Parts: sequence; C-alpha cells; structure tokens
Amino acid sequence: MSMIEPPEAMAEPWDDGDPAAGTSTQPTPAPIVPSGSIAGRSLTAVVAIMTLLASLTTGAVMMVVNSASDWQSDVSREMTIQVRPVPGRDIEADVRTAIDVARGAAGIADVRAYTKEESAQLIEPWLGSGLALGELPIPRMIVVKLASGAAPDFAGLRNALAAKVPSASLDDHRGWVDRMRTMAETAVIVGIAILALVLAVTVLSVTFATRGAMAANRPIVEVLHYVGATDSFVAGQFQRHFLILGFKGGAIGGGAAVVLFGILGAANAWLLGTAGGDEAAALFGSLSIGVGGYIAILIQIVLMATVTALTSRRTVNQTLASIE
Amino acid sequence: MIRFENVGLRYGFGPEVLRDLSFRVDSHSFQFLTGPSGAGKTSLLRMLFLSLKPTRGLISMFDHDTATLTKDGRATLRRRIGIVFQDFRLLDHLTTYENVALPLRVLGKDEASYRAEVVELLQWVGLGERIGALPPVLSGGEKQRAAIARAVIARPQLLLADEPTGNVDPNLGQRLLRLFIELNKSGTSVVIATHDIALMDEYDARRLVLHEGRLHVYD
Repeated sequence: MSMIEPPEAMAEPWDDGDPAAGTSTQPTPAPIVPSGSIAGRSLTAVVAIMTLLASLTTGAVMMVVNSASDWQSDVSREMTIQVRPVPGRDIEADVRTAIDVARGAAGIADVRAYTKEESAQLIEPWLGSGLALGELPIPRMIVVKLASGAAPDFAGLRNALAAKVPSASLDDHRGWVDRMRTMAETAVIVGIAILALVLAVTVLSVTFATRGAMAANRPIVEVLHYVGATDSFVAGQFQRHFLILGFKGGAIGGGAAVVLFGILGAANAWLLGTAGGDEAAALFGSLSIGVGGYIAILIQIVLMATVTALTSRRTVNQTLASIE
Repeated sequence: MIRFENVGLRYGFGPEVLRDLSFRVDSHSFQFLTGPSGAGKTSLLRMLFLSLKPTRGLISMFDHDTATLTKDGRATLRRRIGIVFQDFRLLDHLTTYENVALPLRVLGKDEASYRAEVVELLQWVGLGERIGALPPVLSGGEKQRAAIARAVIARPQLLLADEPTGNVDPNLGQRLLRLFIELNKSGTSVVIATHDIALMDEYDARRLVLHEGRLHVYD
C-alpha cells in the first residue's frame, strides 16, 4: 500500500499556480441573491402589469364613485314648484306669491320663475315654435335652488304653498334622487366588486410569480443553510431582494397608470366645450382621480411590494423546513 | 467532540436504514466513512451535519444534546462544521473568492476583515489565479478545491466530505486527500465519506464501515 507522506508544513499543499497571482483588490462582493436573473425580470414584469391593471381599475371605480355622488347632489340641490292655471285665478299673481313663499322658507339659496318665453322653449320640442301661450293652459315652473349644507323644511314649504297658492305643487325630486341613488349605489357596488376581484387576482398572480422566481433560487437557500446561516438571515436576504423587485414592478405599473390618468385628465380639459367633451364631463365629471386616487395607487404599489417580499420569506421558510 | 449512542434512522414508516449506531468522533481525528452504495453514508453525514434528525438514540455534538437544540441553535452549531459536497454546491453567480468567503459573510463580518484570509486560503489550495473566476469556468478539481476552501474558511472543528474525489481523476483525488490531511494536521477533525478503496489505501486512518445499516469501526 503506497501511503502519502503528510507534509510537515502547512505551506503550499498545492504546488500549481503562482501564489502572488490573483491578489488584486476585489470589487464590492456581489449580492448573495442575484439581482438580474430572468426569473427576477419576469416577476418585475408581472408585478408591473398587475399593478397597472389594479390601478386603472381603482381609478375607474373612483371616477364612478365621484360621478355618482355628483349626479345625486346635482339633482337633490334643486326642487321645482309648478303653478297650474286655474279658472278664476290670476296665474301671474299665484307665481309671485309662490316665489315669495319659497324665498321666505329656510335653506333656500335662489328662486327663479321661468318666463313665458322660457316655458315656450321647454315645450317647443313637442308642440313646435310660434305658440301663443296665452291660449294654452300651460303651467309655470319655478326653480328653487337649495343652499349648500342646509336642510330645508319640505313639509313646511309644501303646507305654506297649499295654504296660499292652492294651484301650486312642490316637486322635491325625491323620486329622481331615489332612482339616482339606487343607480349610483349599484354602480359603486359593481365597481368595488370588480376592484376586489382585480386586487385578489393581482395578489394571487404576484404570489405565484414570486414562488416561481423563488424556485430558481432554491440552491442558494440550501447553500446558505449549509454554510451556517440562520433562517432569519436567509429569509432576510430574499425578503430584501424581492421587496426591491416588487417596488420596482409596482412603481412601473403604478407610474404608468398615473401617466395615463394624467393624459386622460388633460384630454378632458382640452375637449371641454366641445359636444363630446361636455357629454363626457357630464357623465364622468372631471375624469380626474384626485388626490385620493393617487394615494390609492401608492398604497397598491406598497401592497404589491409587501406581498412579493412576504411570499419570498414564506417560500424560503418552507424550503428551509424541507431541507431539515 | 461528537458522540452517537444507539442511533437509529428510518424514513417515514419504512424500515430502519441505520441501526444502533454508537461511535465517537474525537478532536483532531481523521476517519473514512465507507460502505457500499445505499448503505447510508450520506444519511449519516447529514445527521453529523445536523441536517437530519435521528428517529431514536442520542447524538451529542460539542457537548450539546442535538435533540434539544432550537433551529438557531442548530445553525450556530453548524458553523463549527464544514461540509464538502460531491457536486460542489458552489453558487454560479458568485466568484470563487465570494463563494469561499460566504460562511464569513453570513456571520456578518466586514469584507475588509476577511479579505486577506480568503485570498491566502485560495492561494493555499492552488486557486490564487482563479479568485475572480465564476464556477462555470472552473475545472472539476478547481471546483472541488473551492468547495473545500469554503468549508474550512470559518475554521470549523469538524470537516465532513461526501465523496470528495468522486468527480475527479485518481491523481487529483490523491492531491485532494493530501489537502484533507493538511487540514487535519492543522487541528480539524475530518470525516471523508467514500467508497473509493484505493483512496483509503493511500492513508492509514480510522475506518467507519457501514454495512446493512450497522456501523463497524476499524481503528
């Protein structure tokens, strides 16, 4: 049996190479978790796309919520007094009395009676132009605008009108407001439901994409474990790396959504005054998501980064548990 | 340093793959762990590395009963053990220098405090010219030496090697063995798992032979 003679000294057990070579200063050590992997870039793309979709949905829902609120308040800020022509009564005197009664009520900002000409314009689409209103029993309309924040006494005003102008009736638009509220609430509920689904899908997509990216990193988890790293050290390395990836993806997606909403708002302002622009403004308001919308997008970016980081930590812990 | 008493191991509900193992690994000792393929060498190495818990028996390491250790306690104890895998397990995105320095890095040491030590060790194992090379461009022997350097950089009291010469030619195997002997002479206990009889014949050392789940010790 040929035996190797153990060398006496520790020096140079390996006689290849030049000991002086390769001693140049090392650059800053590379990160333990590689930053530019394909799986990492794919995860960033998934987070960016899903954050963009979630942010667009959030903005759209916030527009619907704001518009629905505007529709309701526009309708509920007005009411109408209708004075019918009654034989034996002077309709002009009844209109003046009704105006006085309305102005005397609490919480009223403005009262304005439609003139005969304006009344003719109102019915012109149905009866044509050039009417002699004096020959027709056309009711007169009085528009009553409510002061903002006030709570008018509808019953009191109705009773006062009934006492002084029996031919007048008060329409507080409650039927319209109720219908509008139902429609607005339905729109808001549907919007929130869609947003909840989009957020759920986003969180799930990001979770699975993170797990996919983590699968490629299993050898790193194992090696760190074998060289004596504690579980918290290993989890911390991946959590930090994936938090940055999540923030990067979220910022790209959320930033794109902010730019899109900015373009939409600018286009809306530019088109205001045109027929299409006015219709859009009437339906969707200013097409701006407001400060609340931008805060919501910011929260989503943070949410995506947090989901990514926590999923990576959880996956690392599962991997470590499977090693031991 | 390490004591096994009546240790048994089974996977799931299967039969015991290791039975009644009782042996010691003393400080500054050198031993080969051998046996036919499937005899349980890797399982025993994993128990020695605290990566596998026995189903029965007592394992005492560095005066600690391993059954009572917490996860962090096992990680702390594991830092006193270096391990070399047959498949090297080097991280491809890190240079040879960074791979070797990894155990010190996970201890939270500042890079400036260990740079000279890592470079010196790399020169000692003959990788002075390959400090900045990535593992994919290293030869099998270079990878194995880098793996050995990584295993010993934190000055472990025990060095475990799983078939360290399995992927290299006999000449390189002999030179790697000489490296392990040098490390043992510097005070590290060494356990080399191998079924390479020629390699074991190269050096007169204690042999732990696994056969049919039982361990036979030849001092």
